[in-house]
This record gives sequence, structure tokens and C-alpha cells, in this order.
Amino acid sequence: MREFDYERPDSLDSALELLGNLRDKARVIAGGTDLLPLLREDMLAPTHVVDISRLAELNFIRNEGGLIKIGAATKMRSIEQSDIVRRKIPMFADAAQLVGEIGVRNLATLGGNLANASPAGDSAPPLLVLDASATIRNRKTERTIRLADFFVHVKKTILQPNELLTEIKIPIPPQHSGGAFLRLAKRGGNLISIVSAAAFMSLENGLIKTVRIAMGSVAPTPIRIPTAENVLRGSEPTETKMREAAETIKETIKPISDVRASAEYRKETGVILVRRALEQAYMQTKGTRT
Amino acid sequence: MKLVQIKFVLNDKEENILVKPNTTLLDMLRNEFRLTGTKKGCDRGDCGACTVQIDGKAVNSCLVLAPQIADKKIVTIEGIGSPEHPHPVQQTFLEKDAIQCGYCIPGMIMCAKALLDENPNPTKQEIQTYISGNLCRCTGYLHQIDAILAASKIK
Repeated sequence: MREFDYERPDSLDSALELLGNLRDKARVIAGGTDLLPLLREDMLAPTHVVDISRLAELNFIRNEGGLIKIGAATKMRSIEQSDIVRRKIPMFADAAQLVGEIGVRNLATLGGNLANASPAGDSAPPLLVLDASATIRNRKTERTIRLADFFVHVKKTILQPNELLTEIKIPIPPQHSGGAFLRLAKRGGNLISIVSAAAFMSLENGLIKTVRIAMGSVAPTPIRIPTAENVLRGSEPTETKMREAAETIKETIKPISDVRASAEYRKETGVILVRRALEQAYMQTKGTRT
Repeated sequence: MKLVQIKFVLNDKEENILVKPNTTLLDMLRNEFRLTGTKKGCDRGDCGACTVQIDGKAVNSCLVLAPQIADKKIVTIEGIGSPEHPHPVQQTFLEKDAIQCGYCIPGMIMCAKALLDENPNPTKQEIQTYISGNLCRCTGYLHQIDAILAASKIK
């Protein structure tokens, strides 16, 4: 590992001040689970590593004004164990448990998983279907954007070097709604997702009112699948309709072939994951968790 | 590169040392403290051989920078038992023949200890899920899961 200075600012303001001065020369560390392997292989050469993991301003889970607000440095393990998250957004508590195994989830943070912007990042698809937004700050200003607009490309977000992702806001889903996140990997543990799918739906008078579908590992960023959503919106949540919606992804996603799987395999298994995620989301609208 | 002064508790003993920031907790434990029970396997968070407890929680010590543990409590395999007084998990790993080459064992035992600290009566399924980040290439895990279940019965 190359040499760098370690900084641990004691407030969010001083962290932003530091990043404003250091800009490209600094790297932020929160959980470190993505950063350390990159530092070790000299794929990054920051002069400073800025530790934000202990900032109280970034460590919280709150229920406020119809939103669940989660600080960016909150650990995945705290999210899965949070009463607020378990009660209000059970699908996200379940999804948080799939982001690596225990020795990683005790370190890894929600903000880190998003800001690293891996196409396979497992917290993104569930947050996309929950219609989450992200708050970003620099030393002068704060802005809140839709999470869908946060990802730019593989490992690239709209974050500038002087900015920090500070908070994720998730609207509390209404009654008669449900969601699910599923991932496929060679086995459990810390393996990267070959393909992943999240689905959310809410019902009104027996018809699908809102439906959102997102996938991971099938494009340069985690993506929504509007074509599949359009098949379902306003229709009855039948098995046939869900199957039809899932089939449309074959035409819309353009995954790559890599060491983990071929593009064809991702399409075939992606259809199945989307269908199952929809079926599980539907079961949850009736209060049944699988 | 500025060295960083850190105070922390290591296996119940207060320590105060100067560390290079580009050192992992794993390397610091092995090289500075000669606590070589904590093993280096993949050195990138995939195998679990380097599992230790930080403030009671199981973590991969290869994914932590040494200065990040300032003011925290670290427990390694050396801190949980001795040949005369083994930790229940150490004892049942021996009784159940849960060890072959042994390289994954310190990490596996530290992970199992963290599980039992949190959940004294885990099911087989909960044990399997909890240790899913601790890779063993010899045993096939069955004896280890049996050993952890048996350890949970020792009160």
C-alpha cells in the first residue's frame, strides 16, 4: 500500500472543508470494504485518506415526515437490525442482509455501497424501486436528487471531489404495497452479484397502481426497467402479466459477458429473478412475506 | 506520511502505539504485536481467515486501517481462551474434529464467538448464514457447524 496521511475530522463541516481543499488528492473512507482492496493493489494513490466513519451527523436512522432517513455512514448491519427499517420498509431490511457477509456488513456503509457505484452494488436496486433520494453536500451548499440520477457510469457518480453523500431518504411505502430484492451469485458469502432484481408494487381496488422494477449487474449502472413496469401498471397482478413483464427485459437490457457470466445467462436468469421479485412483492401487498 | 498515535484495548490490555496509516489492522496485529493467530488468507475481505472482534462485532481485519481502531476494543483468537481454559467454541471444535489444515479456524472461531455473543441459541441455519463469509477448503463445514451448535449448549 502506498503512503498517505490519515485524517479524521471531528465534524461534517470540517470533513467538507478538508475535501474542499484536498479535492482529487483525497479519498474518503467510511467502511473501507471497497477502498482497502483498491489501496492495497495501488489502483488508487491518494495523498490523504479522510475517515468519516465516526461522524454522528452521518450515523442515524430516523422516521421523519413520511420518510425514513438514513445517514450515509450507517453500517449495513445497523440497517438490517433497525426496528424502524424492519417495521416500515421490511424489504430494505431484508436486502441489507445480502450486502456481503457478517464481517463485511459490520464495516460496510450504505453511503459507501452507493458512492462506489459498482454496477453490482446490492443496495441500489432496492433503493431505486423504493424511489429513494440522495442528499449531497459540499462546504457551502446542499442538494437532494433522485437516486436514479446519482449513478453516471461504472464506478462513477455525480459526486464532485469536494462533495459527500450525506443522507438517503426513502418514502415510507403505503398500505397494500410490497417489495422484494433477489440476487444471483455463485454462492452466498461475499460473492459479487451476477444479476440482481428488485420489485415494488402497490395495489388499489385490486389493480396495480404503482410498480417499479430495477436491476443490477446488467448495465454500467443499476437501472430501472420502465418497459416491464409499463406492462403491469393499471393491470391485475396475475401470474401471466408478471411473466409477460419479466420477459420484456430480454429486449431492453444489454448486459455484458465477463468472468462471472455471459450476457445470455444474465438475460435468462434476469427474467426469472424479475418474475420472482414481482411475485414476492405481490405476496407482500397481502401481508405475506416469503 | 505522518505516523498516527493510537490508543486501544487489545485482548483486555491497553495499548498505545504509533502506526503507519497505510497498515491494515491485520498486518499490525501480526507484525507489531506478533499475534499471528489471526491469519492472512485473501487479504481482500473474501475469506474471513482474519476475523477479529471490534467492539464485540466480527469484522475482517484486512479491511480496516490501523488508525481506524483508535479508542476501540479489539479481541483476537489469542484473547478468548488458553490451552488450559479454552473458549467453549475452541473446546467443541476439538471434540467434534472440526479442524483439518487449520488455517481458517481462528477466523471461524472468532466469527462463531461473535455469533454466540449476540445470539446464544442459534439454529443450524443461522449458524450457516453467519459463517458464510468464512471459507474452509478442507472440512465441508459440517463438523464446524456441529461444533458451534454444541458450544451453544455449554453454559
